[in-house]
Amino acid sequence: MTKRFKLIDLDCANCAAKMEHAIKKLDGVQDAAVSFMTQRLTVEADDARFEAIMDQIEQVCKRVEPDCRIVRQ
Amino acid sequence: MNILTNMTKKQRRMLSRILAGALLLVAAVLIPYQGPWRFLLFLPAYFMVGWDVLWQAARNICRGQVFDENFLMALATVGAFCTGFFGEGEYPEAVFVMLFYQVGELFQGYAVGRSRRSIASLMDLRPDYANVEQDGKLVQVDPEELQPGQVFVVKPGEKLPLDGTILSGSTTLNTAALTGESLPRSVGVGDSVQSGCVNLSGLIQVRAEKPFEESTVAKILELVENAASKKARAESLITRFARYYTPAVVIAAVALALLPPLVVGGWALWLRRALTFLVVSCPCALVISVPLSFFAGIGRASRQGVLIKGGSYLEAMAAVDTVVFDKTGTLTQGVFQVAEIHPQGMTEDQLLELAALAEGRSDHPISRSLREALGREPDSSQLEEAQELSGRGVRVRVNGKTLCAGNRRLMEELGVSCPSTANGGTVVHVAVDGAYAGWLLIADRPKPDAKEAVALLKQEGITPVMLTGDSKAAGEAAARELGIEQVHTELLPADKVAQVESLLTAPDRRRKATLAFVGDGINDAPVLSRADVGIAMGGLGSDAAIEAADIVLMDDKPSKLAAALKLSRRTLGIVRENIVFALGVKALVLVLSALGLTGMWLAVFADVGVMVLAVLNAMRV
Repeated sequence: MTKRFKLIDLDCANCAAKMEHAIKKLDGVQDAAVSFMTQRLTVEADDARFEAIMDQIEQVCKRVEPDCRIVRQ
Repeated sequence: MNILTNMTKKQRRMLSRILAGALLLVAAVLIPYQGPWRFLLFLPAYFMVGWDVLWQAARNICRGQVFDENFLMALATVGAFCTGFFGEGEYPEAVFVMLFYQVGELFQGYAVGRSRRSIASLMDLRPDYANVEQDGKLVQVDPEELQPGQVFVVKPGEKLPLDGTILSGSTTLNTAALTGESLPRSVGVGDSVQSGCVNLSGLIQVRAEKPFEESTVAKILELVENAASKKARAESLITRFARYYTPAVVIAAVALALLPPLVVGGWALWLRRALTFLVVSCPCALVISVPLSFFAGIGRASRQGVLIKGGSYLEAMAAVDTVVFDKTGTLTQGVFQVAEIHPQGMTEDQLLELAALAEGRSDHPISRSLREALGREPDSSQLEEAQELSGRGVRVRVNGKTLCAGNRRLMEELGVSCPSTANGGTVVHVAVDGAYAGWLLIADRPKPDAKEAVALLKQEGITPVMLTGDSKAAGEAAARELGIEQVHTELLPADKVAQVESLLTAPDRRRKATLAFVGDGINDAPVLSRADVGIAMGGLGSDAAIEAADIVLMDDKPSKLAAALKLSRRTLGIVRENIVFALGVKALVLVLSALGLTGMWLAVFADVGVMVLAVLNAMRV
C-alpha cells in the first residue's frame, strides 16, 4: 500500500534527504520518498502493519528534524 | 514592500532578528574598550542572531546527530570566540559568520517557498465547487459529492468541476491549464468537456460522465504530486554524496586542528583554519538546488501542456537520441480527409458531389470524408439503384445515368482507362456512363505541426523513426512528406515492440543515449513501457495514455515534443552547472583555508553566496 502524507515545517533539504534515508531502512518499508519541494512524504509499506510503521516513521523524523510534523488523518 | 508581504511570519521574525543582530554587532565594534572582557560586548549580538542555532545544536547532539548543520555552525562560531580570546582572529568574525549563515537560511527558505508557490499556482487546477440545481435554486456542492449522470451548471468565469457532456448552451473554454494552449476552444451541445478548463463566455449545463476522482483534473493532480517522489538519478547521487561529504570535511577539520600543530606548533592558528572547514561543511546548496531545478522544470513543462511524471523521466528525456513515432494519430490526425481532387471534364465540386452520391450515406470513413469535404448532403432524391461491388467499389443509377466509383480494378472492369495516381492513401476513381470523370485521394493528413516537429528534432541531432501498421505505400509516403528517413511499415503491435527492441540494442548507439517512443496511447502500452521514455499524445480523456506513459503531451501537438526536449536539456544543464559550481567553490575554499589564505569571513560568504546563486540559477529553468 502506498500512502502520501503532508509534512509541516520541513525547513531543510538536507534533513529531508536524511529522513528519507532513515525511513527507507525501517523494517517493513518497501519504498519511501520525502520531497522537500512538495513537502510530502510517500510511503510504501506492508498493509497489515502500516499504522505501526507510521509510528516508527514519526519517531525517526523527530530524531532528524524535531520541528517537522507528519499530518496523519 | 513586496518581499516583506511574501514572507511567512517566521521569516519576518528572522529578518528582524538579523537586522537587530547587525545593529548590535556594529555597536559592539564601535565601543573602544579593548580589555580581556571585550568578548562580552559581542555576546548580545551573537545570541540575538544565533540562539536558535545553539538551541537546536544542543538538542540534536542529545539525539546523536553529530553532523547536524546547526551543531557544526555552533561549534565553528563558539570556536572562533575561543581563538579570538587567545589572540588569533577577532570577535566580530564569530558574530558575522552566524549572521551570514542566518541570512543564507532566510534567503533559501524564502526563495524555495516562493518557487514552490509559483509552481503550485500553475497547477492550481482543483475546482472548489460545482453548481447543482436543487428545488429550482443553484446550490454549490463539493465536486467529490457529484455522481456520474448528475447535471451541473458552469457559469462564465468558473472552472469545470468534472468531466462531462454539454446538455445545453454553448461557450468557449480556456484549456490552458490542461494543454498550455492559449487559444480558447468553442464547444456546444453534445461536446465532451474536461474538468479544469475555465468557462469563458456562456452558461452551460453539463452532465457528469465520471466521478471526481476519475476526472481529468484529479488524475493530473495525482500525477504531479507523484512526480516529486520519483527522484532523478542526479538527485539521489547528490544526497548520497552529501551523506559522506559532511563527515569527511569534519574529519578533515579535526585532522587539521591536531596534526600540523604537533609538528610546527601554533594551536590557535590551526584551530582557526579547522573551524573554517566546519563553516563550509554544510552541503545545503547542492542538496537544495538539484530538486529545485527538477521541480521548476516539471512545473514549467506542465504550464506548456507537457506532464512529466518525475525527475527521472526529465533526465531520460534530456539524453534522448532517437525518437520513434507511431504514425496514425500521432503524426497524422487519424481521420480520413479528401486530400486531392483531380476532375476530368468537370469542376472539383461536381466530381466531389458525384463521388459522395455514389458512396452513399454509409458511415464508412471514406464516404464520411467525402460528405465532409462537400460540406453538404448530396442530392440523393434521384438515386434509383445502388449496388455494392465488393472489393471494387459501388455502382449506382442517378438521373438515368450509371455512376461508378471505386478502385482501379473497377475501372479496368468497366474498360475505362485511368491515369496513374498518387499513393499514400485511398484513391477513388469515378466514371459516368463509362466515361472517366476523375479521381480523388482520400488520406490521413499529417498534423499541421508534424513536419515542423520532425525538423526541430533533427535540428537537435535526434534521429526520428516512424513505425506504422499501415501499408508500405501509405507509410512511406507519409514519412517522405514529413522528412523521416527511417520507416518501418505493416507492423502489428507486437512487431512494434520488436522494432523498438532492435533500435535499443543497435550497435552504433551512444552508451548513455535513450530512446523515446511517442504514441497515442491506444494499443501502445507495451511499447510505451519498453522504451526508455514513453510519451503519450492527447492525454485529454485517454486513461490508458496517462497511465502507461512517462510523459504526456496534453494536446495532440507533436511540436510540443521539441519543447519538452529543450526544456529537459536546459534543466539538466542547470543541474550540472550548479553541481560543478558549488563543488568547485567549496573545494577552493577548503584548499585556501587549509593554507591559511582565507579566513572565516570569506568562507561563510562563499558558502552562502554559492547557495544563493545555485537557488537563483535553479529558478531560471
